[in-house]
Formats: sequence, C-alpha cells, structure tokens
Amino acid sequence: MSISKLTPSSSDSAKPKINWARIDEADNFANTVKLYRQGKYDEDSFRRFRLQHGAYGTRMTSDYAMVRVKLPAGEIYPKQFETLSRLSEQYSIGSAHFSTRENIQLHWVVLEDVSEIFRSLAEVGLTSREACGNSVRNVMCSPLSGVCSDEKFDSTPYALATAKFFLRNPMAQSLPRKFKFNFTCCEKHGMVRMVDVGLIPEIQQINGSEQKGFKIFLGGGLGNRSFIGHQLEDFTPEEDLLYTSIAVMRIFDRLGDRKNLARNRMRYLVNDMGWEKFQNLVLKERAIVRATQSVVTKLKVDTTPDKITRPLKISDESGSSVPDGYARWLKTNTMKQKQSDYRSVFITLEAGDITSNQLNSMATLIREFSSEGKARSGFVQNVALRYVHEDDLVKLYSKLLETGLAKSGGLTMTTPVGCSGTTSCNLALTNSHRLAKEIQRKFLELKLDEDDDLTDSSIKISGCPNSCAQHGIATIGFFGGGGRLGKDMYPNYQMSLGGRFDADTTLGQTCLRVPAKRVIPVILKIIEMFKENKQSGDTLKSWIHRIVNDSEDSNIKSIGDIKKVLEPLVVPPTKEDDPDFYLDYGSDTSYHTKTGKGECAA
Amino acid sequence: MCCLTPSVKVTTDIDSLRSEIRDKSVRVIDVRREGDYKQDHIPNSVNLPLATLLSDDSPERVLKLVNSLGIDDETPVVVYDDTFGALASRVAWTLEWIGHSDVTLLETTYGNWKSLGLETDSLTPEISNKEHSMNLQSDILATSDYLESAKLRDDVILIDNRERLNYLEQHIPGAVSLPYRTLASADGILRPKEDMKRLFDNRGISGDSEIITYCGSVGTLSGLAYYALKSTGASNAKLYVRSFKEWKNLEKPTDKQEDANYWDLSAE
Ligand code: HEM
Ligand code: SF4
Repeated sequence: MSISKLTPSSSDSAKPKINWARIDEADNFANTVKLYRQGKYDEDSFRRFRLQHGAYGTRMTSDYAMVRVKLPAGEIYPKQFETLSRLSEQYSIGSAHFSTRENIQLHWVVLEDVSEIFRSLAEVGLTSREACGNSVRNVMCSPLSGVCSDEKFDSTPYALATAKFFLRNPMAQSLPRKFKFNFTCCEKHGMVRMVDVGLIPEIQQINGSEQKGFKIFLGGGLGNRSFIGHQLEDFTPEEDLLYTSIAVMRIFDRLGDRKNLARNRMRYLVNDMGWEKFQNLVLKERAIVRATQSVVTKLKVDTTPDKITRPLKISDESGSSVPDGYARWLKTNTMKQKQSDYRSVFITLEAGDITSNQLNSMATLIREFSSEGKARSGFVQNVALRYVHEDDLVKLYSKLLETGLAKSGGLTMTTPVGCSGTTSCNLALTNSHRLAKEIQRKFLELKLDEDDDLTDSSIKISGCPNSCAQHGIATIGFFGGGGRLGKDMYPNYQMSLGGRFDADTTLGQTCLRVPAKRVIPVILKIIEMFKENKQSGDTLKSWIHRIVNDSEDSNIKSIGDIKKVLEPLVVPPTKEDDPDFYLDYGSDTSYHTKTGKGECAA
Repeated sequence: MCCLTPSVKVTTDIDSLRSEIRDKSVRVIDVRREGDYKQDHIPNSVNLPLATLLSDDSPERVLKLVNSLGIDDETPVVVYDDTFGALASRVAWTLEWIGHSDVTLLETTYGNWKSLGLETDSLTPEISNKEHSMNLQSDILATSDYLESAKLRDDVILIDNRERLNYLEQHIPGAVSLPYRTLASADGILRPKEDMKRLFDNRGISGDSEIITYCGSVGTLSGLAYYALKSTGASNAKLYVRSFKEWKNLEKPTDKQEDANYWDLSAE
C-alpha cells in the first residue's frame, strides 16, 4: 500500500502563471449531484452538466465518473503533481492516466466525490471544466514548443492565451459538438492536420520586418470517419489568430449539424460544404469579426520568457557510476534542445498510466532537475521533463530507476498508445489499453527500442472505431471489434498501415483484421518483411509510406501483398484447440461485446 | 462510564499531548513494533504492538493487557502509530470496546512528530499494574451474523475502506467504497471535522444512520473510518472487526463490478 508522506513540500518551485479554476464550481457540482440523485434533474440535462465540468461516465455503471483534468498547453507544475498524486489515491484507483490530448485523467471516481476533486484541483489552479462535452476541449501544444530546433518561435503563450480566452466563454458553451485546438512547434512534430484547428508557428518578412504568425489548418479530425485538415491561407499574422478562431467557431456554431450527433464535428461540415466554400466563409466572417471586435477583444498573450535556472545540487556527481541501461535510455527517451547543454527527457509510461507514488516523485524530479521548474505532457500519453542539463542526466536516470520510471523506448514505436478500452470506456469492444501494455513489454524484451529503423514509427490502438487512441495516424494502427468463429466470439482488431501526423499527414490504409492474440506476431512479421525488403536508409515508416503510395518496387508492393503474407497468421483456431485465443487480454471469461451509452457526443 | 455525546473528540492535538505528558496526566500507547519502539518513541509512552493485541483479542486478554499498561477506568489514553492512524485506531477501538471511554488518537503520525523535531526518548517507563473494570460495549462491534441481518434493513450503511480496485473486484453486497486514504488530510490522520462532514454529506452518509465499516482483514483501515465517523458526530458506528477476510472464509455472498478490466488501468 502506498502512502504519501505527510510532510509539507518545498515551495520554491515555479508557480503556474494562470489559475484555471473556480472554487464555486465545486459546490455547484456537489449540489447538482444531490439534486440529480433526488430525481430533481433529468438524465439528459445532468449528463450535459456533468460533461461540461469534465466528468465522463464509466463503463456499465452510473456510480462512477472519470474526471479529465485539463493541462492547457500540456504544462504541469510540481504542486499540481503532488495534488494529483493524493487525489489518485483518495478518489481513484491509485493511478492516474496521461491522455493523448494533454489531459490527466482520474478513473473510477465515485460521482459524489467529484466535487471534492474539484476543490483540491482549485487549490493548485487546475480545472476539468470543458474537458468533455460540446466545448473547446483542452488546447494542446507540442511538448517541444520552446525547445525544438525546427520551430520558428514558441507557440506556448498563444496556446495558453487561446485556452484562457475560450474557457467559460459564453460563445463556447453549447457548440454543436466538441472543438479541438492543437498548437505545435514544427511540421515534423505535427499533429495539426487531424484536428478542428491546428496551428504551426511561422515567421514572414513583411516590409523588411519579421512578422509572427501561423499556418492554420481547419476541418481535420479523427473518429468514426476521419479527415485531414486544410490550410486556410499561406500565413495568418498573429493579430488575426483570435479573429480567425472566433470566425471558425461562429460558422460552426451557426451551420454545424445539431441533429445528427454522429456527423456533427466540424470536419463533416467542411466535407459536406466543400473546402473552398468553407474557406471563403471563414475569410468573410473573419473580416466581420475583425471589424466589430478588434477594439475590445484581444488575446492576452504573455510572452515574458520563463526563468531558466539550473536547480542547485547539494552533492556533486564525482564517483557516481553510470547505471546499466543508461545509454539505451538516453538514446530512446531524450532529445537535444535548441538551447545548448539542455535535453528534454521523456518519461516512458505504459499506455499513459502512472501511480500515485510516481506522480509524487515527478514533483521532486522537476524540482531537482528541470531548469524551467515544470513539466509538459505530450501527444502520446506521456510527460516530459525539459531543460535538464546534460551533466545531470546520469543522476536523473538513477532517480528514475528508483521510481520505476526509467523504462526505455519512450520516443520509439515500442511505446504504443492505447485508449482506455474496456478498462473503463462504455463504448469499448476490446481491451486496447492492456494490449498496448502487452506489446510494449514484449517489444522492450526484444530490445526493439534500440532498432533505429523503428524509432520514427508508431503503434496506436483504439478499443472501437472512435479513434481515441488516434489509430488512423499511426504507422500501424488498430481499432477493436468482435470476431466470430461459428458461435464463439473472440476479440479482433482492424489493422491499418501508413498513417502519419507530420507534414505528410495521411490516414492509414485498412489492411486486415487481426485477432487480439495475434497482434504481436503480426507486427513482428511486418517488421520481418520490412527487414527483408528495405533499402538503405529506410525506416519502417518510410518503407510503408512507399507501399501505401504505390511507389515501392520490391517483393512487397502493396497493402494487398502485406495482407497475403499475414493472412495465415490470423486464421482463428477452434476453441478446443486454443481456448486462450477466445479471451481478451486481462480477462479470464469468454469474450463477448458489450457496450453502454457513449458520451462522446453529449 | 461515559454515554454517547453528540460530537466526540477523537483526536488529541500535538500541543495538548505535550502538555499532558508534562503533567503525567495521560497514558500514551505506541502501537509500533517492539524494535521500533525501543529505538525511540514519544517520551513516557508504553508499547503495545498491534500484533501482540491481535494474537488474542478476547476481552479477558485485552483487559489483562490494559491493566499491565497501567490504565484504569479514569486514565486518559492517547494512541499513536506510524501507519496513518489505522493501527492506532484498531487499538483505540479495542479499548473502547472493553469499556474504556477516554481514548483518543494522536492527530498525526510518529514519523511526522519526529520530522517536526519534537521530543523523543528511548527509555521504557516503569509502569505499575492498574485495575480496569470490564464493561463490554457490544454496540460498537459488528459480527458477520450481525452484519448479515443488519444489511437487510435499509437504514444501515455499510462502508468498505479498502482501496478502490479491491472494492471493484469484490465486496460485501450493498457496501459503498470509501478508501481509507480519503479520510486523511495533508498533515493529519483525519480531515478537519468540517471537511470530513462535507465528504460524508456528499455521499449521503448521515450521522443518524447505523454505519458499519470494514476493510481487508483485521479492522485497521476500517478502525480509522470508525473514528472518522465519530469525529463528525455519528453516534451509531460499528466496526466489522474481522472484516472481509472472515466474510470470504465464511463463503458469504460477494459482489463485483462486472464487464470492465479496471485492473489494467492501474500502473502498479
Ligand atoms: C463517439 C464517441 C467518441 C468519439 C468519436 C471520440 C473521439 C476521440 C478522439 C478522436 C480522440 C483522440 C484525441 C484527438 O482528438 O486528437 C479521443 C480521445 C479520448 N477519448 Fe474519445 N471519443 C468518443 C468517446 C469516448 C468515450 C465514451 C470515452 C470514455 C469515457 C472516451 C475517452 C477518450 C480518452 C480517454 C481520450 C484520450 C486518449 C487516451 O489517452 O486514452 N472517448 N476521443
Ligand atoms: S476509441 Fe472507443 S473504446 Fe477507446 S476510448 Fe474511444 S470510445 Fe472508448
């Protein structure tokens, strides 16, 4: 059993610049739950209220909620880690979960305790408000913004200002559907063409002076049907950032489909209307917004640079030996920053899960190692400590070993993304979460993280077609479903290949269905095919890219060729021959699909 | 003997304890292991390791132990541990059970006491035997038989104080989950009274109901919950002291949260 220390923590660390919380929302939530339990609130309006405040329903029960705490731009501070550690022990399962959209989630929370969580979050400036529901969801920013050597400028302050502007803003309280902003650092680190509004910082020379701005992509998004975003114009100057955002949201608010919930994300509107028409509407609307709002409405962008101070060390490193595994970890979990002598260190988690003890130690690690005094959650259910001085890396690695956070492969294909699946999601058909962990354990055992050919590839696994794990943009993506042999059902996945989320963002192409218990052998077989046919300089990603683009001329030329090789591996055995085949990971009872009411549209 | 007062004092704060120790007006019980106690402890405290108590917690044996610790009916007793108050609670509850009314928990743990730089000692005080009377308080104890019949009434609230995952996997039918960690504050073994009240109030756990607590095996975590309830004025709290371990051994019915793989969300 894990008990966090009762001693007060040091308070010399960096403080959050923005307080996202409002304490009265805790009381309000508590009271509303009471009224709901007394039958004074109907199901639908209560659900809307609950989601607006960041509490999802939970698989097969109305007693529990999942609280999705927003980390705008991914920023998280030591005190916030400590609070989340305590909350995960008190109200959840002793672990928390980093999501793919820079939220941190507490699962299996008793609905009546949610307000207590709000209360504690408010003490450290965090909120889950508008983390679910038809609102502006957490505003993401690349975990490398500010340190990436390819970026034009740091977009973090713009992400924070955008989040601040829309949070609790009346214009964003009842949109037709959820609405997502992603800011990034550069084309390579991407993630901007598969979201409602994606933004890459850009600089243009205008009349001899440098003008900051963005490349803005609109109308992308993943889900049951996924679309790639379109670039609005060559360059959007920073003054136009807010007007563009407002214009897009107004159009969506006005024209978005409020009836057909399954097709009402903005990407459907863009697709139905056609990009050019939508683009024109946005530009016209923006002119109106600019003309009517420019005096009063401004983004409050705080570009004062963060203080970078290397934490003082009491002991020096002399004599401390380099632990085993250090080189492997350094290679697969850290990145050089544009600031010389500093690295960003990515912590490898298993499908985003982190124990309450580890959350607590993250607070200490930030204080001891990060010169910016905070951490950043990333795009792949992970968290990064940035501004770690090169000379402190060995020491940091030793500390990570002590807390079980030193697994390698964090920046490679060996760390798959897995949505919550049947561990808690009402719509799940398979245990995608556990499958992600199984793959990771196996691949680390095989040391695949050290294989340079595999680092830039990705594996993402959703438990149903809804794409929460973003399988559509994975090199190898999976989404769950049920398979059947005679009367016996088994967990099955649809596999897609060749998805990307960088400048060449593409959705993966469907390859074939792979039973859960064959996913690992199938991936290994794909790697084997690649090794046999690769050209010099190839990575798995570049090889698959050629295949999906019909420009490969080795033995394996198409997805169809890959499928042919894999087909023998996915033939279901009879239940008598292989009973385990019919069990999902993490389950010892026979597999059946079972779903409850989904809330993604609520 | 005391009677039921509405809002009972269940903890003793650090300052009061220090002055009571100076006046020698209190018996302090350290429930940690003997080795730990011998190293250092709160000055003048006596040692009653929980395991010693549990090896035979029949009323007669407990009475003997209590006498040997120099406690009579009038002696104020304060209990502490280094385990967030759970072990101390189990000992305090047992004293209450045999009829000792003036027993409270130190508001913090020994570890925190030490980290605050407060006085410690390694001397074992000389204790002379006292005579405590036996006045068994059966109404704070729930047995499995009692629990089975009580559960049929709908004015009884049953609380499971184990961790959430254990609860989801298996629990006594009708129990609500309130993990023991929920009861503590950042620096005390129990939340401040108002905080605790709000937590219970949100859960619909009201002081007027009969409330039974249980945990995994020996009634420590649920002992802490027993005192948490008392601190908010609950007047009819009972401890199912043999807890879930016995319930399972007796093969009584259990419930679980079906159709969800919650264990796989845990990072342990
Ligand atoms: C039709 C219903 C749903 C759709 C279309 C949907 C769509 C998505 C998408 C596309 C993402 C990826 C992040 C991004 O937007 O880039 C996402 C993330 C997520 N969604 Fe959903 N979602 C749905 C329902 C749910 C439900 C019912 C749950 C469970 C409570 C859920 C839990 C999550 C989680 C946990 C994430 C973050 C990923 C992770 O780290 O696990 N979603 N959702
Ligand atoms: S992809 Fe499906 S199973 Fe996974 S979290 Fe989303 S809705 Fe649930």
